[in-house]
Amino acid sequence: MSTSTDVVVTGLGATTPLGGDVTSTWEALLAGRSGVSRITEDWIKEFPAQLVARLAQEPADQIDRVRARRLDRSQQVAVIAAEEAWRHSGAGDAGVDPLRIAVVIGTGIGGALTLLGQDDVLEEKGPKRVSPFTIPMLMPNGPAAAVGLAIGAKGGVHAPVSACASGAEAIRWGLDLIRFDRADVVLVGGTEACVHPLPMAGFAAMRAMSTRNDEPERASRPFDKGRDGFVLGEGAACIVLERGDAARARGARIHARLAGAAGTADGYDLVAPHPEGEGAARAITAALRDAGLSPSDIQHVNAHATSTPVGDTAEAAAIRSSLGEHVLVSATKSQTGHLLGAAGALESVFTILALREQIVPATANLEDPDDDAAVQALDIVRNEPRRTSLTAAVNDSFGFGGHNIALVFTTA
Amino acid sequence: MSREDIQTGLAEILEEVAGVTPADATPEKSFTDDLDVDSLSMVEIATAVEDKFGVAIPDDELANIKTVGDAISFIEKNQG
Repeated sequence: MSTSTDVVVTGLGATTPLGGDVTSTWEALLAGRSGVSRITEDWIKEFPAQLVARLAQEPADQIDRVRARRLDRSQQVAVIAAEEAWRHSGAGDAGVDPLRIAVVIGTGIGGALTLLGQDDVLEEKGPKRVSPFTIPMLMPNGPAAAVGLAIGAKGGVHAPVSACASGAEAIRWGLDLIRFDRADVVLVGGTEACVHPLPMAGFAAMRAMSTRNDEPERASRPFDKGRDGFVLGEGAACIVLERGDAARARGARIHARLAGAAGTADGYDLVAPHPEGEGAARAITAALRDAGLSPSDIQHVNAHATSTPVGDTAEAAAIRSSLGEHVLVSATKSQTGHLLGAAGALESVFTILALREQIVPATANLEDPDDDAAVQALDIVRNEPRRTSLTAAVNDSFGFGGHNIALVFTTA
Repeated sequence: MSREDIQTGLAEILEEVAGVTPADATPEKSFTDDLDVDSLSMVEIATAVEDKFGVAIPDDELANIKTVGDAISFIEKNQG
């Protein structure tokens, strides 16, 4: 394996609470729009947390009906984002050997809507009425498998599962696959679609979700003193990674380089982050080393920052201790909500676009930063996006289970 | 129910479950070779047939149904 292998980004795709593709999502992000709304269905009435960031565009509008009915919603959005990224890259028309194309798509929860929906069928109508597509629709590797079929990948299809770090972990695996010469092109990403009473009740029982029900657009407020939990979002994001020499040889547009990646485990608690973000800081430091860069080389961090009271301060401590206080921090979940297993992939798309467009997105709803010393010390971009010169940026993601992933992107 | 009525009803099921154009659902067509209906979709079709025609198709019979005509004949023979 060689960490000096040049790995570049040639395609981006996304369907999110801010838009049905990358362009509309990015424009909405920079315009400061929120994807969060209050659920109005009857079932929500007894729920303490009633907010959600639903897809801006329904998958049914973007995908064939018969195809859609055989895919869980998490698989539908994965396929939509993957096909956008694949078209965007032009790799499909470049005659790449299918044996050298791989897919890595992570999900935190998997096909929860199928599992729960078919359990209703089982209870109401009996086992003979359960759909024969139940298993392929609920299995957590289902989105990766559906994407692999969609783009004709025969070099391997993989599905990391590490809760809210899954999307970022997929990107890290993609980098390794190219470095180990297992593939020339890897479509990576994350997906999630689990807006349903059971996951909502489960997260609410953990006291992890915002209950600012009367102010949906102000509810996700990372690093703000008034934050009270995350807002569940749904969607998917995908990235096409390629060997740099091959991408250049076929004349592909290169949006950024994936210069390094690393993963660590907290080894501290099943769900609570280490209060000083020790494992997160180790991941960032290791990713920098992997990229051959120093903290002073990094200008921007797209933070995981979910708007939970303990998570945001732990991450602020990790960023401060691993990178210093000079980096411009964005917490884009303030507008997208928390896409769980898709979060790291979507935020990597934002990190790549920040580098390409030389602009750092703002953190919405940061009106009164937390008194925590690390939060106070960091330069968190607020109010408006900031135009500045960028050459290298970090995206970090963390998941229940103590998973920490850090990715380092640099300009093309 | 006549064979024509059964064919029309079956064509509706095939369109809903597998996206088959109704005009293509003619008796000589093979589910797998002509209409691209896979084995899991056949299970869904069998369930829908039971709902629509009141005719249950046991698994060993389902395995013998290769064409639209086979399905029509099975339903015709077993309808109440």
